[in-house]
Amino acid sequence: MTLLETNTSRRSFLRGAGAAGLGLVIGFRFEPHGVAGRAAAQNADVFEPNAFIRITPDNIVTIFCKHIEFGQGPFTGFATIIADELDASRDQIQVEHAPADASKYANLFFKIQGTGGSTAMANSWDQLRQAGAEARARLVQAAAEEWGVPSTEITIDGGVLKHASGKQASFGALCQKAAITELKSAATPKTPDQWTYIGKTFPKVDTKPKTNGEAVFTIDVKLPDMLTCVIARPPRFGATPKSFDATAALEVNGVAEVFAVPHGIAVLAKGYWQARKGADALQVEWDESAAETRGSAGIMAHYKELAAKTGQIARNDGDAESALENGATVIEATYSFPYLAHAPLEPNDCVIHRDGDGVELLLGSQLQTIDQMTVAAVLGLKPEQVAIKTMLAGGSFGRRATPASDMAAEAALVLKAAKHQGPIKVIWSREDDIKGGFYRPLFVHKLRGAVDGEGNIVSWDQVIVGQSFVFGSPFEQTLVKHGIDELMVEGASNMEYTIPNLRVSVHREEVGVPTLWWRSVGHTHTAYAVETFLDELAAAAGADELELRRKLLANSPRHLGVLNLVVEKAGWGSPVADGRARGIAVHKSFNTFVAQIAEISKGEDGLPKLEKVWCAVDCGQPINPDVIVAQIQGGVGYGLSGVLYGAIDLEDGRVVQSNFDEYRALRIDEMPEIEVHIVPSTEKPTGIGEPGVPPIGPAVANAWAKLTGQRVKELPFTRGVGNA
Amino acid sequence: MPVSLTVNGKTHSLDLDDDTPLLWAIRDEIGLTGTKFGCGIAQCGACTVFIDGSATRSCVTPIAAVEGAEIVTIEGVSGKPAEAVQAAWNALDVPQCGYCQSGQIMSAVALLSENGKPTDDDIDQAMNGNLCRCATYVRIRAAIHDAAKRMEG
Repeated sequence: MTLLETNTSRRSFLRGAGAAGLGLVIGFRFEPHGVAGRAAAQNADVFEPNAFIRITPDNIVTIFCKHIEFGQGPFTGFATIIADELDASRDQIQVEHAPADASKYANLFFKIQGTGGSTAMANSWDQLRQAGAEARARLVQAAAEEWGVPSTEITIDGGVLKHASGKQASFGALCQKAAITELKSAATPKTPDQWTYIGKTFPKVDTKPKTNGEAVFTIDVKLPDMLTCVIARPPRFGATPKSFDATAALEVNGVAEVFAVPHGIAVLAKGYWQARKGADALQVEWDESAAETRGSAGIMAHYKELAAKTGQIARNDGDAESALENGATVIEATYSFPYLAHAPLEPNDCVIHRDGDGVELLLGSQLQTIDQMTVAAVLGLKPEQVAIKTMLAGGSFGRRATPASDMAAEAALVLKAAKHQGPIKVIWSREDDIKGGFYRPLFVHKLRGAVDGEGNIVSWDQVIVGQSFVFGSPFEQTLVKHGIDELMVEGASNMEYTIPNLRVSVHREEVGVPTLWWRSVGHTHTAYAVETFLDELAAAAGADELELRRKLLANSPRHLGVLNLVVEKAGWGSPVADGRARGIAVHKSFNTFVAQIAEISKGEDGLPKLEKVWCAVDCGQPINPDVIVAQIQGGVGYGLSGVLYGAIDLEDGRVVQSNFDEYRALRIDEMPEIEVHIVPSTEKPTGIGEPGVPPIGPAVANAWAKLTGQRVKELPFTRGVGNA
Repeated sequence: MPVSLTVNGKTHSLDLDDDTPLLWAIRDEIGLTGTKFGCGIAQCGACTVFIDGSATRSCVTPIAAVEGAEIVTIEGVSGKPAEAVQAAWNALDVPQCGYCQSGQIMSAVALLSENGKPTDDDIDQAMNGNLCRCATYVRIRAAIHDAAKRMEG
């Protein structure tokens, strides 16, 4: 038995590290640490006009993407914009992840390097167009000087610079000269009429390696002398190891060493299977004195009690309370939303190794700057001594953007404690992931609404109860406004329905279950409550749900734009086949407007069977329409998984579900046909990774209410339908 | 006792416990990483390989059970259905994160090898064991139809 005398609680330790991390961001100057920073100085043949573009004599244009590619398409988005500005050929473009270096690659909305909030293209749009325009102008100027012709007479077509005299040259042939050319005047990005790829067609740059097994994810990384690490994790959140017996684990063929880290017992072995077997053979006694021991049912019941009273005010128009008292018809509804795991298909993982006087991490890093700061704090290094090679990730949906950098921090803790000096790859099992926390928080909403004698909605009161993952994190400063975590109320407090008396309030509860943003964050629950309650109010007012939305959104043209488009495309109002019904929902999230119509029937299992979904989206200027379509399709599918089946339950603080047999995810036979229509727009591009998610739940629920008379208020549907 | 495995036509002698899942022998020992780990209990299909021509979940297949069998992974899959499926997947830009797609492609190739003209229902049935958390299912369905057409041509 190894007795562990001192243990830092995992949560407080990692929170501390993360918080300290962000505090340091502003003060630190990041030195370039990675390929992009070094190449230009070393190689005079390379044309590297800025941090995003490198053109080499082999005529390849390499684009450095500052955002992680985990399926939402930033590689292709970056390529589309820069290739367009350059008039490059699709075939000469390749895209890589940029190194971790916030001085060059900060998300302009976050001020640190990171991906999230559907901001990848929105924050990069102007930056990339300018970067591409400058590169183009220097290539043109280099050609003009070489050929002795005015630069205004030079055109570029498919990556070839041309002059009417018949002279032509590739980018590669000119890159040496372009590298020493200085622009005489500022470069200007193209105007929309000059675009060749933006808003049109540009096939994805990462498809091929994702169809032949070549794409390398963190879990695929192989380094010489590398060992794989599996960690035996605590049975309850907040528990720490007290003692352990490694005798049996060390007898497993291939196990190299076993040791404690603050939050568990690490087993290092030759490969994953050996490490897993070793971890399963461990006997661990846990200190659960500080652990969360409540069950989710108890937490839910407590939230429901709290929801009876008004919370901290997030919005207060008019006088909701007296308007409720005077309403001709008053209805109320209580909604409950469970904890949800993200369950990206690539399990959590991270590779770490010593590199010179620092370390290098290879991982699907979603918040590179915070991962850097946190690992530096754990290992006593300077942030610039922590290099990160961002890898493709097999999904994230928010899971890899942990403010406490859980994957990177624990890899650093393992490296620090191990006798093994070589590289280490930490891999979580699916069970570790499902039971491992960082869930979409459990929420309860209580709504009350009033309709007057003429059928007008005169009052709306919404009380939201849940947990915040922003308080105490590095994001508190930016996301807490007037004492309220915006992410708990977004989608409700800022709703655009014109209702004279409107109050939204919130109760924030402390629970020892780590929670996190889950694709579309607060909108995962607010859109459901708002859009289904509106249908219920429409019924109470004897109003048509579409006409009511049109009336209440009369001053919101972009909401109306998507609503009217989806209505037109679906032929809303025309008869629906027997045994089917349609529901509608419209929601703005991440500055993008989405309306959806779901047509459903009742499946053999008693649940909604999705027959077809129509979507209309306004995300500003479309950059790559096919990626927009893919993201809306995927968002609908991800949203359906959560709404129909998703729930993480706790009993006495222990997570009940463990794998996909118990945490059900949408399968192909449950996926409807989906039509996506894009509203033409010249507004700046906005988010697309998340906005497809929020409307699908309420669209299905509104259809289900019409089909069966049941208004489902307890999610997921597998529960709510039975208990309605 | 070393176990002998034939993967993509090449035989490997591996010093591993008999109960080691084929998935980890392929990934950690043989070094072919296109076959993915997603659940470990045959619920997600990311680990799908062919064993003597049948699509099989390698995460629950012990190596002792497949000694002497012909094992094919995404890196070695070939033939008319495989070419058609990969071409269709590229033409329709099916993948998002891409992590499940090796398994999806192996299952799709298995389907088209048996049934050259599958209906939507056939596809739903054959592909039901392959999870895609990005929900690329609409395109998977379309790409299988597209691959079926390519096989005719």
